[in-house]
Amino acid sequence: MKIRLMAAVSAAALSAATMAQAQGGELTLCWAAWDPANALVELSKDFEAQSGIKMNFEFVPWPNFADRMLNELNSGGQLCDLLIGDSQWIGGAAENGWYVKMNDFFDAEGISMDDFAPATVYAYSTWPKGTPNYYALPAMGDANGWFYRKDWFARPEIQAEFKEKYGRDLAEPQTQKELLEIAQFFQGREIDGKTVYGASIFTERGSEGITMGATGALYAWGFKYENTPGSYDMQGAVNSPEAVEALEFYKELYKTGTPPGYDNAYMEQSLDAFKSGQVAMAMNWFAFFPGLYADPNTGGDKIDFFVNPAQNVAASTLGGQGISVVANTDNMDGALAYVKWFANPDVQKKWWSMGGYSCHKAVLEDPNFVNTAPFAGDFLQAMGGVQDFWQEPAYAQLLLAMQERLHNFVVADQGTAQEALDGLIADWTEVFEDEGKL
Amino acid sequence: MTDPITAAARATPAPVARRIRGLSDRAIAWLFVAPTIFLLLAINIFPLIWTIRLSFTNYAANRPNREVEWVGLRNYERILTDDGIWANMQTTAHFLLWTLFFQVVIGFTLAWLINRKFKGNDLLTTLIVLPMMLSPAVVGNFWTFLYQPQIGLVNYVVELVSGIPASSFSMLGPGGYAPWSIIIVDTWMWTPFVMLICLAGLRSIPDYIYEAAEIDRASKWRQFWTITVPMVLPFLMLAVLFRGIENFKMFDMVVLLTGGGPGNETLLASIDLKREAFEKWRTGYSSAYAIILFVTVFGLASIYVKALNKVKER
Repeated sequence: MKIRLMAAVSAAALSAATMAQAQGGELTLCWAAWDPANALVELSKDFEAQSGIKMNFEFVPWPNFADRMLNELNSGGQLCDLLIGDSQWIGGAAENGWYVKMNDFFDAEGISMDDFAPATVYAYSTWPKGTPNYYALPAMGDANGWFYRKDWFARPEIQAEFKEKYGRDLAEPQTQKELLEIAQFFQGREIDGKTVYGASIFTERGSEGITMGATGALYAWGFKYENTPGSYDMQGAVNSPEAVEALEFYKELYKTGTPPGYDNAYMEQSLDAFKSGQVAMAMNWFAFFPGLYADPNTGGDKIDFFVNPAQNVAASTLGGQGISVVANTDNMDGALAYVKWFANPDVQKKWWSMGGYSCHKAVLEDPNFVNTAPFAGDFLQAMGGVQDFWQEPAYAQLLLAMQERLHNFVVADQGTAQEALDGLIADWTEVFEDEGKL
Repeated sequence: MTDPITAAARATPAPVARRIRGLSDRAIAWLFVAPTIFLLLAINIFPLIWTIRLSFTNYAANRPNREVEWVGLRNYERILTDDGIWANMQTTAHFLLWTLFFQVVIGFTLAWLINRKFKGNDLLTTLIVLPMMLSPAVVGNFWTFLYQPQIGLVNYVVELVSGIPASSFSMLGPGGYAPWSIIIVDTWMWTPFVMLICLAGLRSIPDYIYEAAEIDRASKWRQFWTITVPMVLPFLMLAVLFRGIENFKMFDMVVLLTGGGPGNETLLASIDLKREAFEKWRTGYSSAYAIILFVTVFGLASIYVKALNKVKER
């Protein structure tokens, strides 16, 4: 009798536990390993409390993020229920059925894409580009921006020397050429007994670094991928005289304004160079700016931020990602519930307050938004002029071709800017021919 | 009372007993070898045949919904007429030949020096072989710091010796030093391996041969060229074969040191192949690339093994 009773109690307990798990379940959210991801872990605790769903996280360092996640999607793995994937992946992910198309879900739940900044919806959510077919909710707005040593800029002796040399005050650069002059001014300068350098920029060869860095200059000079959007007509656009000038500029910046040995640098190296007091200026994604501002050694009143300077046009390289539901998830309801929760304006406000870059208009259009952080105004300005790389299903081939051409010219001193861009058109033409688009 | 063997034979069901009794030695041999052959076919031969098949298509592993087209020899034609790939092959050959040269010369010299009785011989041998015990990932990161222009030991020593400012050049950056930098690291890491094989060769030479040469009043120089070198040569050739195959597929250490850069200066064929296959996802194209590399290594290794056998027969 006693044994029967124990068995019955055990079965009931097991059954209750199973039911609880079925009701709540678990979700795994995959993203890159960086500061905003840590903020998202904290933010998601509210979702766990509300839904009873346990959140797991899989964060991969940026250099391996694309490889790891695209392999995961491609192999039909079930590691991720939710994925905050790079904007360039959306074409391939949509065409290969890796992401759930969310239009019906958005309609049913009253989530409107009009509530999000148009540039972010276009870049992070739609495929084909600009059509109302949504495969992600804009999650993390981002662009490539700049930061500098405000305390160095403010020193009277440095101010005086700069004014004598360039005939203007040393201040945040308004153009790319001013940026170059400032970088060259600081290059090799002795400050507090230490040799410092002009700027840390992206020159990385393996993943996407040099493309993300150089496009900051290319876009500012007016670079376009096609003469007519959607035509794949690149001749005269990709290798325009403005594009050639921009690429030559980037090479000059690399050669005359960056620290020694800075030939394979991306986000991490840029942050290290700035935080160790090696450089006067640095480029990096806005996502890092909260952490930089909070840095005890080089943050606070020693740092300030500026948007990528214009040359012919005001433009910045787009970063950032949307959050997508992975089609292969075994917890579709839970994943969609997370997206619904995340789209809530109150959650978006908290997301921004914790260091995430919300794309929701309730946050961005708040009159007080620009006062919430020293870089908030720059972020708004940058997001108004962002441009992104190809988002084609074959984006990886297109990106690696550009990486190779740019690195060969800028870092390895091979050929001319004109040859690099002409070669790039040849590479891209081959890819689009293989794709049947040319 | 029946003996245990008879009892066991009686206990065995008749059909099974008949089957086992009816098997020939050859059949039993096949029975034992079959699992291995099956594994070999499944793990080596089938993927090879599948790769050959893919090499004639435009298949992309990350595009499951795209129609796979038969493109004939187009992938092979593209690869063999691509200047970039030939440049990568030259980079690979440069890396391969110079690493083999340095490793053989230094490895043999070290083995020859260490093949004598002196105090601390064992400790010195252990210290010399330490680099090859390290992981290539560790070695890559470690040497990246040593080569760093501002804080690296290499640039510091160059400045100390020559007066050239340390931060004025980068061993892994532009300037043409990068291909030599990776050769230095590979030589540092793998010379001990060649040394150990040469040492085994040197220690396998019987003393009486040298004693006979001494009686014949052969000079040390003559003993070296007529006894030591010929008898160590098969070992040395084996070491070259091992290192040659390893360095032809060198990947991890160079990726960590230079990532194939600056530009394509250290882009070895193996790194390029990985990019084509798993970053650009040109599966059909990279299959053709892999087959070409396989045929190259297989062909060179076959010729080399024949030469090695001839040397051993002498």
